Amino acid sequence: MEWMTFLVIGLIILLIIAAVFAITQKDLILAVIGASAVSVVLSILFYILQAPDVALTEAAIGVALTTIIFVITIKKTKRYEE
Amino acid sequence: MRKVIAVLLLGIFGYYIFALFVNVPFGVRHDNVGQHYLEHSVQETGAVNIVTAIVVSHRGFDTLGEVTVLFLAATGLGAILYDKKGKKRRLQNASLIVKVASKLIYPLIILLGAYVFVHGHLTPGGGFQGGAIIATGVLLMFISYRRFETNHNALSWVESLAGMTFVTIGLAGLIWGTSFLQNILPLGTPNTLLSAGVIPLIYIAVGFKVGAELTALLDNMLKTIK
Repeated sequence: MEWMTFLVIGLIILLIIAAVFAITQKDLILAVIGASAVSVVLSILFYILQAPDVALTEAAIGVALTTIIFVITIKKTKRYEE
Repeated sequence: MRKVIAVLLLGIFGYYIFALFVNVPFGVRHDNVGQHYLEHSVQETGAVNIVTAIVVSHRGFDTLGEVTVLFLAATGLGAILYDKKGKKRRLQNASLIVKVASKLIYPLIILLGAYVFVHGHLTPGGGFQGGAIIATGVLLMFISYRRFETNHNALSWVESLAGMTFVTIGLAGLIWGTSFLQNILPLGTPNTLLSAGVIPLIYIAVGFKVGAELTALLDNMLKTIK
């Protein structure tokens, strides 16, 4: 079970890096991509933590649907944050 | 002055939240209902997947509420974005590689979504997950092919009929059983597809409803891009 702990720690570090990237980025399209990367890592973590149904929801809603809705909204408003 | 009042109010609010939770033991099991679900769900509902047993059987009324919330959100968005002229999506066609690949993957994604909600009582997942997966597949076709159209009338019909099926199953439980959404069909043998009474029927209805709603929502939003 040793490598599993390292895997989880590595995934959590990735999660934090992606989240910080999403917050600090001025280009909103890149920020949305960062947020969807958070969802990808989070759904893998949910699967490891034995919640496969939450992982399915997170993968479908967080990665695909939320991202496209944000992208449409950004396309209709402004792309860069002031 | 306003900041002082705000801090004061926040302090009072925080004190009461703290007082509420300070006596709850941390990391200790102090509930009996969870243990009951784990031990007796399979005999009581016939569903092997205990999450589904809780979501659809023990807490079925909550699920009806969630479905209603999603329905209202999708209807509200459709009302805001409604346009008399039948608009077309102005996206460009994707490249050849994306088009061919999405044509190959699209039926497989739809099949996976249908599998997830039909087997909701056996394997992880259920109506919401299956419907969301189906909507993802349709989204892939929307952004690859400019001319890929869905029939909005058919989607509305599917959505309404699925919602009515859910409520009808609930009322049938009230008529032939003792309470709303009570399981009136035989439970069958656990671990088989035809088991758990009305749970698969409800999840199939929820799957169709969520899939149709999310597809219509995405289509409405994609058509607003100039």
